[in-house]
Formats: sequence, structure tokens, C-alpha cells
Amino acid sequence: MDRVVVVGAGPAGLAAAWAAASAGVPVLLVDSGSAVGGQYRRQSGVRAARVPAHPLIEWWPETSVWAMEPVAGGHRLRLQTGAADAPGRTMSTVDTRALVVATGAYDRVLPFPGWDLPGVYTAGAAQALAKGQGVAVGRRVLVGGTGPFLLPVAGSLLEVGSRVVGLVEANGVSGAVGWARDPLGALGKLGELAGYGAVLARGRVPVRFGAAVVAAHGDSRVEAVTVARLDAGWRVVAGSERVVEVDAVCLGFGFTAQLELAVSAGCRIQDGAVLVDSAQRTSVPGVFAAGEVTGIAGAGPASAEGTVAGCAAAARLGRKVAAPAAALRLVRDGRRFGRALAAAHPVRNGWRTWLSADTVVCRCEDVRMSDLCAALAQGALGMRAVKLVSRAGLGLCQGRVCGRNVGELAGTPFTQNRPIAVPVRLSDLAAVEDEEELS
Amino acid sequence: MSGRGRTVQVVVDGVAVEAVAGQSVAGLLIGMGRASWRSTRRDGRPRGVFCGIGVCFDCLVVVNGVPDVRACQRVLADGDVVRVQDGAEIAEV
Repeated sequence: MDRVVVVGAGPAGLAAAWAAASAGVPVLLVDSGSAVGGQYRRQSGVRAARVPAHPLIEWWPETSVWAMEPVAGGHRLRLQTGAADAPGRTMSTVDTRALVVATGAYDRVLPFPGWDLPGVYTAGAAQALAKGQGVAVGRRVLVGGTGPFLLPVAGSLLEVGSRVVGLVEANGVSGAVGWARDPLGALGKLGELAGYGAVLARGRVPVRFGAAVVAAHGDSRVEAVTVARLDAGWRVVAGSERVVEVDAVCLGFGFTAQLELAVSAGCRIQDGAVLVDSAQRTSVPGVFAAGEVTGIAGAGPASAEGTVAGCAAAARLGRKVAAPAAALRLVRDGRRFGRALAAAHPVRNGWRTWLSADTVVCRCEDVRMSDLCAALAQGALGMRAVKLVSRAGLGLCQGRVCGRNVGELAGTPFTQNRPIAVPVRLSDLAAVEDEEELS
Repeated sequence: MSGRGRTVQVVVDGVAVEAVAGQSVAGLLIGMGRASWRSTRRDGRPRGVFCGIGVCFDCLVVVNGVPDVRACQRVLADGDVVRVQDGAEIAEV
């Protein structure tokens, strides 16, 4: 109970672990990856981050938290450790009075005809494969969506030898540079932005604003995409469609916070992120949150939030900790930057008009727009009924990819309440129950 | 890639292949020029990597007879036998 447990070893989790350990508290750092660094520092080789070399930090790699529950005075985490999706991974439980949730976020991608063809990737997938594995997802690649994250993705693709035939930003140029105009809000990102601009210019990447990939074509994989100009509401401007030959397309429309553990803990969620106070405390005593799970602002602010959370978690365990003034200031600036970013790169409702009746909306269960409409026409009210009738969100990913989109298409909110946070093989679950019956 | 130069021997769809130590199943398959290695349960649509970070479960593959292994998350080990997954499969073991 008397150690801080940090879930997630990205920039926020690493900083939290370091801060808590520096305050003299033992830390258990848990992460599903085989190396630390999260999605920011890719998980292999020379680019990988290192576990903070502090004698009080214990690191458990390849470890997923599959459930958590309240116990007297704190929370119990249920963990499984071992190679991804292998049966017979080691099951264990850990109790703590001070938990830091630093589970990050993942790409949001909007559905459109053909988006489930192989060769359509999230921007994050292209980034992960380029930086982590050194492989290019395609030779002729188009990058699209909204937000500044698309720039480093295009840069990474160029680095591994792809030809980036275009970068299309769905929002207009004025919005896209809006966040960069606020000198505090941009957090000195202008230099970074100029750097990517130079990389894209060297790679002769044409950049278009107010345009999107609205269809992907091919038999068994992507062979071409349709790029169209969008109006301010993201409806396709008639007659602006143009077919571009590609063998891969990488898309990102902002990020979705990885909320399962925070939801399991009962933390208050607001606008799709964990609500925290200035000390990164969630609404649940003893549970802190840091990084993209509290809102999207990038690695710098995430790391600052981690430092604050780590200090607060150590204080909760009785240590006297000086307020981390510099980190607190960075957190404030980061929140402002995040708000500017969100305002400059909204997802507009017009994307719904890109879909046709037979467009897949739920990839896991092959649920099409027509299935969703049929469920609604049958009177399915609320997400539970929509899911049960159409099967959207009931596959292996449990709605992580389609949830927000299905929610918006069906007009009913989709929650991230998943008592089992990651899939667990039934034999492993049964083994846990057997043990508990014996004890 | 960690330990670049060190290799592991694996079998992909019956063919012996050399992989770099630390490589993920997805990294190997995409490096081999493959875009898909699974079919969906209902419509039999081809699928490969989509999210690349373990969220979407599109890239499922059968490793050593065990189905539903995320290719983007699984690091290859010497002697691994990898093959395509056809819909929903039952473990061979």
C-alpha cells in the first residue's frame, strides 16, 4: 500500500515515477510495452527512453492492468505480465493508496467508404512503424486529418523512404495556424513547426488545407483515394473530388483518451478527458492522472503534469514535498495550449455525409451504416440498445475505434466503461478465480 | 531496433524467415510487403495493421497455434510460427 503505482511509462508516467521516487517514495511503474517511452518515444532501439535510474523505481514491462477495484484505503490493480496476448501470462494484484493514471491517448479516425481496406492506417500507426520498427507503410503515401501531429508523421514517413504525395488538413489555414499565433499558447512550438515545414519542403510534400480523404479504393488493399475540398462544415464541395494513386494512407483526426482505468476508478470525466485539479488529483481520493488522459497537449506538458502528479502522490503517502513551481507553470501553459489546439482543429459534423449506406462503421463486427440506421429505425434508444441491435462496438476493440463515431452517428453518447480494461483469455481469468476461491 | 544485427528465425505462413531481434510481428510482415493477414469474422474482409499501437485488434494473427495475437504488439521470439488468421479461430493447442 505504501508505494506509488504509476500506470503508463510515457512522458507523463516516467516524470511521475521520477518525482515520487525523488521525494523518497518507492514506485512501481507498470507499462504494457517492452520498453518505456510510450507512444512518444518509440519502443525500441536507440530512440527508446530509459527507465529513470532511481533505486526506488521498480519497472514492470509487458504488464497490462486489466481491472481495478476499490479496497479499504485505496485501490487494487489486477495485472498480467508477459508476451502480448500470450496465454498463461503471470497474473498478479497490487494494492496502493496513491495511483497515478498515465494511460495516454490514441488516434481518432473517422469512417468513410473504403477506410477498412488494408493500407489505410492511423497516423499513429505510420509513426509507430516508422520510428519503432524502421519500416514504411507504403511507397506512395498520403497523410490526412486535422492537427499538427500530421506534420511529424509525414516527416517520419520521409525518413523511412516513403514518398509523401500530399498532406491534407481538413481545417482551413486560418484555424490551423491559430494556435501558433498565441505566443504563450504555442509554447514555443513555432520553431518546431518551422522545422517540420522545412522537412516537408525538402521532401516536396504538397500541403493542402480544407481538404480530406473521403474514399479509399482498391480490391484487397488501397490502390487510390479520393481527396475532396471541404466547406467550413466539412461537407464535400461538389465537383472538387480528385483521385490520387497511393499504396497507403495515414489518417488522424485528433486523439481519444485511454480512459478505462480512470472510469473503473470512478474518476469524473469531462469532455472526454479525466478531470483533474491543479495538483493532478482526480475526483477520487488517492487517484491522480497525468498526460494525454487529462487532455491533449503533447509530450512537454504531459511530462510536467507527471511531475506534479508524482509530487502529489508522494505527499498523499505522507512525504513533505515542495511545490514543483516550474512544472506547475508548464502545466498551466500546457492547458492553455491544449485549449488553443482543440479550438483550431475541431472535427466538424460534415464528416457524417462522407458515409454511404454500406460504409463500415464498426471494423471489428463489420457493422455498416445501413445496420446502424436499421437499429435506430427499430427504435434502439441509447447506446446499449444500439450496440445490442447493430453489434457496433461489441467486437474485440470494444468500441475503442468506432465508439465516438457511432455515438455521433446515432446521436447517443458512447462511454468507455469497460470493467475488463484489456482482453484477458478465459483460461487466465479462470485461473485467477480458482486461486481466490482457494485463498 | 534493439540489438540490430542479432536475428531470430521464424516461420511465416510456412516459409522460413529471418527477423531482427526486437521486431514486432507487424514490423516483419509490413517489411515483407504484406498489407493484410487476417479476414474478418462476418464478411471475410482482409485486414492488417490499422492503429499500430494495440488499440484496434485489426492486425490479429495466429502465433504458435494461438489466435487473436495483436501483430503490432507481439515481439518475435526465435522459433515463432506465424500464420494468417481466418475469421474467428480456436486455438490449436
